Amino acid sequence: MRQLCKGNVAVVKAAIMAGCRSFYGYPITPASEIAEYAALLIPQVGGTFLQAESEVSAINMVYGAAAAGQRVMTASSGPGISLMQEGISYLAGAELPCVIADVMRAGPGLGNIAPEQSDYFCMTKGGGHGCYRNIVLAPSSVQEMASLTMLAFELADKYRNPAVLLADGFVGQMMEPLDLELVEPVVPQKPWAVKGDLETRKNLISSIHLTPDLMEAHIRHLEEKYSECERNECRSETYRTEDAEVLLVGYGIVSRILRSTVDLARQHGVKAGLFRPISLWPFPSKALATAAKSAVKVMVVELSTGQMVEDVKLSINGSMPVEFYGRVGGNVPSAEECQAELFARMEVLV
Amino acid sequence: MAEQARGKVEVNQDECKGCGLCVESCPPKGLTLSPELNHYGVHPAQYHAEICTGCGICYFVCPEPGAITVYRLAVAKSEVSDAATV
Amino acid sequence: MSEYNVSQCRTPVFFDRFERKDENQHQTHYCPGCGHGVAHKLIAEALGELGLQDRTVMVSPVGCSVFAYYYFDTGNVQAAHGRAPAVATAVKRSNPGSIVISYQGDGDLAAIGTAEIVHAANRGENITVFFVNNSIYGMTGGQMAPTTLIGQTSTTSPWGRRPNNEGFPIKMAEMLSALEAPVYIERVALSDAKHIMQARRAVKKALQLQKEGAGFTMVEILSPCPTILKMEPTVARHWVADTLIKQFPLGVYRDRKPEFEPVLVPQKGVAELLGISGKRLSDEERHARRQHTRAKTIKVSGFGGQGILLLGQLIAEMGMREHMEVSWLPSYGPEMRSGSAHCDVTLSHDRVGTPLVSTPDVLVAMNEPSLRKFAPHVRPGGVILYNSRQLPEDLKFEGLTVACVPASEIADQIGSAKVSNVVMMGALLEATDCLPFTTAQAVLSGLVKNRKLAEMNEKALEAGRNYLDTEVLVGAVAGPDGCGE
Ligand SMILES: Cc1ncc(C[n+]2csc(CCOP(=O)(O)OP(=O)(O)O)c2C)c(N)n1
Ligand code: SF4
Ligand code: SF4
Repeated sequence: MRQLCKGNVAVVKAAIMAGCRSFYGYPITPASEIAEYAALLIPQVGGTFLQAESEVSAINMVYGAAAAGQRVMTASSGPGISLMQEGISYLAGAELPCVIADVMRAGPGLGNIAPEQSDYFCMTKGGGHGCYRNIVLAPSSVQEMASLTMLAFELADKYRNPAVLLADGFVGQMMEPLDLELVEPVVPQKPWAVKGDLETRKNLISSIHLTPDLMEAHIRHLEEKYSECERNECRSETYRTEDAEVLLVGYGIVSRILRSTVDLARQHGVKAGLFRPISLWPFPSKALATAAKSAVKVMVVELSTGQMVEDVKLSINGSMPVEFYGRVGGNVPSAEECQAELFARMEVLV
Repeated sequence: MAEQARGKVEVNQDECKGCGLCVESCPPKGLTLSPELNHYGVHPAQYHAEICTGCGICYFVCPEPGAITVYRLAVAKSEVSDAATV
Repeated sequence: MSEYNVSQCRTPVFFDRFERKDENQHQTHYCPGCGHGVAHKLIAEALGELGLQDRTVMVSPVGCSVFAYYYFDTGNVQAAHGRAPAVATAVKRSNPGSIVISYQGDGDLAAIGTAEIVHAANRGENITVFFVNNSIYGMTGGQMAPTTLIGQTSTTSPWGRRPNNEGFPIKMAEMLSALEAPVYIERVALSDAKHIMQARRAVKKALQLQKEGAGFTMVEILSPCPTILKMEPTVARHWVADTLIKQFPLGVYRDRKPEFEPVLVPQKGVAELLGISGKRLSDEERHARRQHTRAKTIKVSGFGGQGILLLGQLIAEMGMREHMEVSWLPSYGPEMRSGSAHCDVTLSHDRVGTPLVSTPDVLVAMNEPSLRKFAPHVRPGGVILYNSRQLPEDLKFEGLTVACVPASEIADQIGSAKVSNVVMMGALLEATDCLPFTTAQAVLSGLVKNRKLAEMNEKALEAGRNYLDTEVLVGAVAGPDGCGE
């Protein structure tokens, strides 16, 4: 049966469904509800919730729990995510799986608590030091806050790497029906974990490789893993792209807005379509190129001054113009505004 | 026959770094640094006089895990003062 | 001649050969005479004596002891600079039966990791911290540590540590002993045989306490770093004895258990906890069951405290129960702080696109500012429900249905200003016919347990519906005089 649920709450429910019994976090708007609900719910199923002294500690607790073989997560936003970057780099370097929910807010600096999509770069390109990647999933509805959280746990374990749920303040605050089905989570064996027993006594969790050759071998191993992830884990969605002359591209809340823009534009005789990346890393480049086949123009909309647009341009590879429309600071364009921006760029008069 | 020493020390020349902490710490002064150099290029410790009491102090002050092995005379066990655990 | 038996030799808690090391696998990587080697030995011996090797997880820090995992044949986790107590916290909590050691230097524990150690201690984490205080940064080549003595030179305190510039040496054992939770804190020194034997007892006691589940234990170990101090190993040890101990007095700083009753959380099954029940309907089934409903986009607005957000949620909940696609979006961000509140509700027969309602079919305006703000955006043919007997003189709306419902007034008569939003809900259902009244009643009665409030809600819903039914001409073309009595 469906239940009306807030996006942030859905993340916690999904985590519990996925077998996550460890949550370490630090409050920050607009992600605090995730910690609050984790504090309420996770101990009731025998799990651990701990409010750390900072995001720095929180992510290192995540590191410890992951090293000990737990399905573990944390949640934060802008400033907290910045503080976590060293830890995320360590997690990737030591090949530890975990889930990090980033409910994005406006930045840089303290910025404000309103929604933005400005953590795209730091989550998809690195953010911390070294050659590593996060697996990044972008939900656009409450149901997806749950389903992509579960997927994030699965992919994190599969690739032994941090997986990020990159949400925005809107999707986090929104209430929508959530349909959950009780299934036993499939948690893979983790023979590499350090559990404080005879069986795992030989194990070592570390990201140090002292000599250049060993370090290079390790980085190549990670690279290999990331390539495999790119081959297998690109996810995206399209809407009315079959005959689209102009392709709108957006993720998260923006994809919802653009879905309405597509309908509006078509009411005015403009054949618009929508491409929505669900995985931001790996970026679904091939699917995007396919979706853009019939188009003569692409317009990317983001709640940023232009971050994902760089990956869109790489995917389109110069074959057609890529326009950009961004709002920031917590301002969110309506479907109508996006339509107006689209028409202005297409020189369509209405 | 001179009275047999209550203990005996063996220094692993391969592991010893010649820091001399054991030499300084040995209560009856039974250790010294060898005039020879080991493969590492340092003067390793050596047991030079049959006066070891088997107290085990040199083992604990030595930073290397296995540079020193201390032995005790089998029969004398109960008579030996257990300095290392006092 | 009697036989000799081995009384002290390399403990099997150490690896036989240090195979994780590239070269010189029979030796540690520590400098000759380094205190870390002795500290390692004391820990390994204690683990062996207490029979804890299999259960132990060593969390090694960044610092000269970063490679502790070369040596300890235990579970090993290498942590970021300063974060070992946070890592150890979660390692321990993940497997409470494990014995978790956080091994840290003074830069690691007392500078970059100050927050982590203080809070792990304050939470009383059942871990053991071995804090090697050598008064200097060893690994990075001799920079000043927070424990560097006044006047002591280092590469970053070339004039000697000056209180006016760098402050005073930090005393961690004393500081942490000011906290409630720690059970055992002692400072020892690797300065000579006697003190090393005392250190041995302290190390063992700390681990014994952890084994018993007692709580947070820490041993601060004053330790020679001959290399950076540029002293012979024996001289460095004397320096610890003669100088370092003077600044950092040895002794037991804490040896008692805090008294408290643990509070346990009641346990539930996952399905019950997450509210998972009933069977899932397919999209087709849902589609068939929502034919009696009407798709609407609704904006509810007013000021905080009028139950604006709740009203929106109730409508969304009703739509969901009637198998519609729904979304509810609160005013969020910059607008939220001004005292005004609004939310957007979409009731749809298809997948909801934008949850932002910029041109609503229905506007519920609970006060005048929100009426003025949002009314111009209402879709042609749309409905405005305004919380008053009449519209402000200067406002005129073409092509809209406007119903003035004095919901606050009606709510006051019913007995609580709180139910004004429910009055509006009654009016909204009557005006738009989007959802059945029975659903509203069911949602409301599920919401409040208090009987008195439930009765008031029921009355309010009825009153809103009747007010519109009897007093307002629904469908009448709007205008200031097209509504109200
Ligand atoms: C975030 C970060 N900052 C700085 C460093 C560099 N660093 C490595 S070890 C160290 C100091 C270690 O000193 P201490 O904790 O006293 O241990 P010791 O080497 O003396 O045993 C520093 C600053 C680092 N690895 N990570
Ligand atoms: S203490 Fe150990 S390393 Fe130092 S000289 Fe003695 S045996 Fe050698
Ligand atoms: S630099 Fe100092 S602390 Fe580091 S290994 Fe050498 S003696 Fe030990």
